[in-house]
Amino acid sequence: MRIQRLARYAALGLAAGTVAFMVIWVLFIGRGTNFGSAVHNPKDFLITLLNGITAAALYFVVASGFTLIFGLMRVVNMAHGAFFLLGGYIALTLQRRWVGQGGGFGLTSEQVNLTNWILPALIGAALVGLVGVAMQQTLLRWNQGQELRQALITIAISIIAADQMLAHFGGVAEDVAWPHKLDQFDNLHVSGIIYTRTRLFILALALVIGALLWVWLKRTRIGMVIRAGVDDRQMVSGLGINIQLTFAIAFFVGSALAGFGGVIGGSFASLAPGVDGNWLLNSLVVVIIGGMGSLGGAAVGSLLLGLTTNFASAYLPSNYTYYSIIFTFVLLAIVLAVRPLGLFGRPA
Amino acid sequence: MPEPVLSVSGLNAYYGSAQALEDVSFEMGAEPVAIVGRNGMGKTTLCNAIMGFAPPQATGSIRFHGAEIIGRQPYRVAGLGIGYVPQGRRLFPSLSVDEHLRMIRGRSEDVGRRWTPAAIYELFPRLAERRRNGGAQLSGGEQQMLAIGRALLTNPKLLIMDEPSEGLAPAIVENLIDVFRTLAQEGLGLLLIEQNLGVATALAQRQLVMVAGQIFTETTADILSSDPEAQRRYLGVEPLAER
Repeated sequence: MRIQRLARYAALGLAAGTVAFMVIWVLFIGRGTNFGSAVHNPKDFLITLLNGITAAALYFVVASGFTLIFGLMRVVNMAHGAFFLLGGYIALTLQRRWVGQGGGFGLTSEQVNLTNWILPALIGAALVGLVGVAMQQTLLRWNQGQELRQALITIAISIIAADQMLAHFGGVAEDVAWPHKLDQFDNLHVSGIIYTRTRLFILALALVIGALLWVWLKRTRIGMVIRAGVDDRQMVSGLGINIQLTFAIAFFVGSALAGFGGVIGGSFASLAPGVDGNWLLNSLVVVIIGGMGSLGGAAVGSLLLGLTTNFASAYLPSNYTYYSIIFTFVLLAIVLAVRPLGLFGRPA
Repeated sequence: MPEPVLSVSGLNAYYGSAQALEDVSFEMGAEPVAIVGRNGMGKTTLCNAIMGFAPPQATGSIRFHGAEIIGRQPYRVAGLGIGYVPQGRRLFPSLSVDEHLRMIRGRSEDVGRRWTPAAIYELFPRLAERRRNGGAQLSGGEQQMLAIGRALLTNPKLLIMDEPSEGLAPAIVENLIDVFRTLAQEGLGLLLIEQNLGVATALAQRQLVMVAGQIFTETTADILSSDPEAQRRYLGVEPLAER
């Protein structure tokens, strides 16, 4: 007992020390880095901060769907990344069908108006939502409660989907074109920062989605049933509520969020084989940090992941920026040392 | 004789290969029935089998107003008019008192619904004071009131209660007994699962004694309360007189 407690204090101390050192490094030292410390160069610090927050916005859109499905159904949907990529490819196809193929590098934003982005995005999200429900109804439903089987089934789906997408869309990275109105720069009038509008748009989308999810879960009857189902789905069923219907709705919303995230990700970065795996990993990291099944946890987890990845690549000494990916795992280790179930996690 | 409300016959239940209920048969009409027995005798398993909760794996027949309900989904069983107050209350920690009551829509066939959230608050004024509190922040008695209120909101014809007096102070138990009596007088069927013989005999004349997964015998509250030897043997409790 004594040794366990000592080990726990040591872990807490080490975690606190590491965090303190990283903060002090970024704020005051920053020796050998590209920008120098924050006090020395506030502008690049603020830009890195904004980059972190806007990256977190996209993490949140994708991971909130992942955590919704896990929280209610205890299904770790390993096909979430494939759904992300599928949503992006559907939107890409629709956009090119409506606007045209564009030049050798695809469409440019001059050719695309707002509708040509929003409509493909919504259709892509909705179709992926339907794919998710179809998968849940045909493959997962009769394996309810068998978590290993469900994980294996969704892994199988993701592998098959990845190969099919490679066959249909090819292996070359392509991207969904932003509408011209968004593909601009804004002067923020803070330290003379000129910032890309698309990133701010992603942040706004994430805030709207987060608010809608919050209202849905907190204020509507279905939201109450979902929260009750996270606690004790058998008891919900014993009160005359068809929890299977609720499962289908949650699976639709969760998958659609992956698809919508894929459209944003495909516009912000690009769509290519392998992107699905990255985004599955991102979602897993976010919900492990935040706590499986918690919406607030997904928000905080996204923020921590977004800030960590961006600050690590910007504030490592310039010879070492290649190692910035390691800090994702440092973050995981610190959070799990302090809160083994994630920041907002509760025992299942 | 009128059609029985609940009719169980030849009910077996298994957890994997372990048998928890063996050839359980009984019928009940409109009058309250209590099933008494010690821990681990299969009382909660019987509730799970009736509600359609799995596990256990149940075989045999359970008829509710003539309709076979074995193997049906729990929400369909509840939809037919069986309300369930589980052992340990099983409230939802994520929901407030008010949300517990608002999430239930009740049976669709009801035209004049007896139970609404407002009616529950009238029945249990304590809950109205606590409507914003979380399910986990309530006292034991308030939790039990909420579990009962939640079950009543499904507008059941039969209420199955598993150990409703467990862990409650005697004064609160007396209170609940009064409420149950009122409900029974309104015509609600009560199937009470109890270890507390005082509660069981106060509410139901018919007493079914469960031993090792079987209905060992049927007796009445009067006989059971006046037979300390039987109480000790079937229930492992100290006789009532010493309560």
